[in-house]
Amino acid sequence: MSKQTSLTEDNPIVLEIRGMRIAVRTDAGDGPVLVDDVSLELRRGEVIGLIGESGAGKSTIGLASMGYTRRGCHIVGGNIIFGDTDIRAISPDARRELRGPKIAYIAQSAAASFNPAHTLMEQVCEAAVRHSVLSPAEARAEAISLFRQLDLPSPESIGSRYPHQVSGGQLQRVMAAMAMVAKPDILIFDEPTTALDVTTQVECLAAFRKLIREHGTAALYITHDLAVVAQIADRIMVLRRGKMVEFGESRQILLEPKEEYTRRLVSERIAGSPFADGAVAADIPILAIDHVSADYPGKPKVIDNVSLEVGKGDTVAVVGESGSGKSTLARVVTGLLPRTAGDVRFNGSSLSPRLKDRAKDQLRRVQMIYQMPDVALNPQHTLLETIGRPVAFYFNRSGREVRTRVAELLSQMDLPESFITRKTSELSGGQKQRVSIARALAAEPDLIICDEVTSALDQLVGEEILRLLKKLQDDLGVAYLFITHDLGTVKRIANKVAVMLKGKMVASGDTATVFSPPYHPYTELLLSSVPEMRPEWLDEVLAARAAGAARTSALLRAP
Amino acid sequence: MRIRGYKVSVTAQIGIAIVVINLLVALLAPLIAPFDQATPLGDAWADADSQHWLGLDNLGRDIVSRLIYGARMSIGLALIITALSFFIGVITGFAAAVAGGWVDQALSRLVDLILSMPTLIFAFVILSVLGTALPVLIITIAILDSTKVFRLARSVAVNIVSLEFVEAARLRGEGWWWIVTREVLPNAIPPLTAEFGLRFCFTFLFIAALSFLGLGVQPPDADWGSMVRDYRDMINFGSAAPLYPAAAIAILTIGVNFVVDWMLSIHSRGQGEGA
Repeated sequence: MSKQTSLTEDNPIVLEIRGMRIAVRTDAGDGPVLVDDVSLELRRGEVIGLIGESGAGKSTIGLASMGYTRRGCHIVGGNIIFGDTDIRAISPDARRELRGPKIAYIAQSAAASFNPAHTLMEQVCEAAVRHSVLSPAEARAEAISLFRQLDLPSPESIGSRYPHQVSGGQLQRVMAAMAMVAKPDILIFDEPTTALDVTTQVECLAAFRKLIREHGTAALYITHDLAVVAQIADRIMVLRRGKMVEFGESRQILLEPKEEYTRRLVSERIAGSPFADGAVAADIPILAIDHVSADYPGKPKVIDNVSLEVGKGDTVAVVGESGSGKSTLARVVTGLLPRTAGDVRFNGSSLSPRLKDRAKDQLRRVQMIYQMPDVALNPQHTLLETIGRPVAFYFNRSGREVRTRVAELLSQMDLPESFITRKTSELSGGQKQRVSIARALAAEPDLIICDEVTSALDQLVGEEILRLLKKLQDDLGVAYLFITHDLGTVKRIANKVAVMLKGKMVASGDTATVFSPPYHPYTELLLSSVPEMRPEWLDEVLAARAAGAARTSALLRAP
Repeated sequence: MRIRGYKVSVTAQIGIAIVVINLLVALLAPLIAPFDQATPLGDAWADADSQHWLGLDNLGRDIVSRLIYGARMSIGLALIITALSFFIGVITGFAAAVAGGWVDQALSRLVDLILSMPTLIFAFVILSVLGTALPVLIITIAILDSTKVFRLARSVAVNIVSLEFVEAARLRGEGWWWIVTREVLPNAIPPLTAEFGLRFCFTFLFIAALSFLGLGVQPPDADWGSMVRDYRDMINFGSAAPLYPAAAIAILTIGVNFVVDWMLSIHSRGQGEGA
């Protein structure tokens, strides 16, 4: 806090938090402390990034700066001073008057924050009009000007659309407009780009930054991605388990982190050291996807004439944005969605299009690991039941043998053997994902399909899962088909990659070849959209895009 | 007070007490009833005295004893009917959700068909045609009730079937029996238990209504609904006789609802713990 950016250090302080403590409080007394002794000063025009893994308390701090806490949580200590009022000291009604016109909030999921039954314009103007900040006509004019500033298409008419008629990235920007209409002093962004594809994320980040700069609004920007916050924040506060780990200027946090925890976060994000050594693949493919097409009944083709081979011990990544058909490809391979054309061969023999026509041994050889470990494991089953079932089901083992095998798999996953009697619902996200892996391995498969396996996990936990998968591959020779949108992961773990765009495969081959020039233009767009840990990155990307704008937009429309 | 680590609210404690006492009375009726339920012991509508705490009824039978035997009949019947309706409703509901397609369509439309007719009138017709023997009564009400259980079980199961652990089981090659009993059922227990309590109350009231109309339990067996019917005229003469069985019905219904509310609150809290 000693140094401040020259831009903002003379500006008045709009929000000051001193020694804030937030705890869970129930009938039984005080529960765990969620936020412990956090202090910050936010000046006009300044953006402070709050960063940390889930459970770090960053969203709790964001909400608390509006004087709001989730149910059961209470602000038990410290001061939150907005302008010259202590938010904790005023009545709930007075606090409600601040939210919206003075302090506005932009949530992660815009889709869940809009009412599908009203037009965007109604919802954007609602708060400002209700709080009598603007007349309805003024609010409309302001909204249209904000739509234009946020680079939304046809700003005059987009307001008459309904939330489902615009894309996710556009909706997120409309939400920013909704927050800005009443010209608040502070904006709170809570992971506003986390749910978006990388290419959309770039557009939203650029729009948010432009908005903040033009209006000189102060902002708290909450995210788990250091590279994202690096583009937008003047200062960064690193949080861990409710405590402040480090607080300083963005450049200092990124380039010279002082604390060990920050250093780990930064190095994991930059690292990019590949696990894959490239020389593993044998000649005979175990999985061959041959000119396959598929669709959902009555809809256009979701995947169109796609071919792909996975060799023994290969890690093949399928990348693309949401809607590109990459998850559908996995469903076709597993037989959940019967293919309409083409062939899928496993170890040389063709697999039936439908799951129920496949032999038990064919099913055993292809296993799957899911994105959300919470719903991929039956919460009512113990680890013994969960991991033991494939062992008993495929290999007809006795109860004792199953137990021994489960214990062996648990130790391979670095999980304590004592967990064997626990229910899966009692585990943390990372532990659950390890159990999912153990369940897949219990079938002794040749191929494991990994569907976004790290994207629901915190960065450091996801990193451990990737390491574990790599180690298992080295030990067991299992092949992976990696479905992901995270190019960082791909570069590190995959030796082959296939890029999908709107159901078609636009590039495939060795990772090194696909990801180095000459690129397919869409690959280049994807690659350049992954945020880098340099504050200048966003400017460079935007400049490069402006230069090649025509080509990029033509590309996004194709094919 | 706590049960399995869950705090038991005051209303839940009252509810549990009411349910337990009623169950004990029903189970031990022959042991604790001072007199036989069907034997006339004196003048009709004799006043209460030290032997007959609530007096005698229209045929000179002991009202206390009839209430105690009535608990046995009313609660026993309601339990059997509810259990049977759950057996039918849960199996068909889960089958519809897991199988989907035409199985789901056929079962759902059949249920719509039954539900489109007013329950009481439907029961009237069947009981008038087939007679009012206890097994007919039980099966008729159980089938009518199972349609409502079907709807709940199906919608609960549809939500569970869409989760990935069920997909994982399908990919493994598991049959539908495993999926229904091992994957879906354990996760459907909390809402189904709560529904069991509520349906028990409705069945209980439905039997009382049928008995009141003369189509339920037949004399000389006592049940609370028919007792209200037999005693109802006495309210004109300032006697409280019809109020005793009516109060028994009301108290048990309230008690069961207290317990159900408590179980529902545990369930909703339990859902939050995953986050």
